[in-house]
Amino acid sequence: MSDGSLLWEVFVRPRRGLAHTHVGSIHAADAELALRNARDVYTRRGEGVSIWVVPSGAVTASSPDEQDSFFEPAGDKVYRHPTFYEVPDELQL
Amino acid sequence: MSTFEALIAAQDRVEPRDEMPGDYRATLVRQIAQHAHSEIIGMQPEGDWITRAPSLRRKAILLAKVQDEAGHGLYLYAAAETLGVDRDDLLEALHTGRQKYSSIFNYPSLTWADVAAIGWLVDGAAIVNQVPLGRCSYGPYARAMVRICKEESFHQRQGFESLLTMSRGTPAQHAMAQDAVDRWWWPSLMMFGPPDAESPHSARSTAWGIKRFSNDTLRQRFVDLAVPQAEALGLTLPDPDLRWDEERGSWDFGTIDFTELREVVSGNGPCNEVRIGRRVAAHEDGAWVREAAAAYAAKQGTRGAA
Repeated sequence: MSDGSLLWEVFVRPRRGLAHTHVGSIHAADAELALRNARDVYTRRGEGVSIWVVPSGAVTASSPDEQDSFFEPAGDKVYRHPTFYEVPDELQL
Repeated sequence: MSTFEALIAAQDRVEPRDEMPGDYRATLVRQIAQHAHSEIIGMQPEGDWITRAPSLRRKAILLAKVQDEAGHGLYLYAAAETLGVDRDDLLEALHTGRQKYSSIFNYPSLTWADVAAIGWLVDGAAIVNQVPLGRCSYGPYARAMVRICKEESFHQRQGFESLLTMSRGTPAQHAMAQDAVDRWWWPSLMMFGPPDAESPHSARSTAWGIKRFSNDTLRQRFVDLAVPQAEALGLTLPDPDLRWDEERGSWDFGTIDFTELREVVSGNGPCNEVRIGRRVAAHEDGAWVREAAAAYAAKQGTRGAA
């Protein structure tokens, strides 16, 4: 980028016990500044207890064009769900 | 039916890497950029009063609010960047006037009561405009709006509280509060844009799920919310035609001078030049900070892998 900054994806852990969740992106020259900028932009009201910043270019993503074929293998395996199985109603199973 | 059309038809969300029509992308870039620009230009009218706030409490509140506006601008620039544009290009478009920002910020904040009136009316109108955008069809924009609306609520309430304090204060304070409301009322109504009949992009934006309600619908919603609030403040709204319409269950209001809106949008408002001038100066004065940060990162070899 012409101003010398990089784009970083920001992930925030809202509180202990929860996973980091993507919240948006931030510009910064390096990782340390990215963390500080992310804190100022995304956690001004105690929205997080931990932040990850990842260079946007380092994220490898599945393509939405292939969404159907990419996730298709799971589609016909209904037997992976507990509701697939018939058991007597009166039992707690 | 294309994937895009299917998503829109199902009222599902469009995400950054989905295929989308060029016009949909262009409309979103224009709207989100204009929205982001409005947030950062919007720091100026109130920022003018930070050093002159009447108490430490009010000063801390105002600082937090202006910082929020900067944050809102950044959420929105980040959302725009998911559409494949570069933030530098957006700022360049703002600085050269190729992209607009909300005309409301071209009015001056003449007294301390203006800070309160901006919070109550301008942020109040923004909330009415923005809440439906939290359900708009483009995922990153909708998510940014949800975050922004939560914070705007503080903005509006602090403005209302400040205005109420002045309204119940000395006669001079009350008069100052009334004067601010008199000046900000009509420009706030103009924030909803031209009347439906003259709103060129509305139909298409509605079909795409970007716009959920028409300009006039949202404007009426705002008036209906504001009238009882003004009464609670002990202040009047500067419109002799304001009266309750039993049949509609809404407040009738006077004719808006849209010539003024067009004038302000086309650059002839009271503060257009000042706002852009200060924005450009701030960007240029901050260049050495960006350069220093980049030089430091290069020297430390701490830049990311990207």
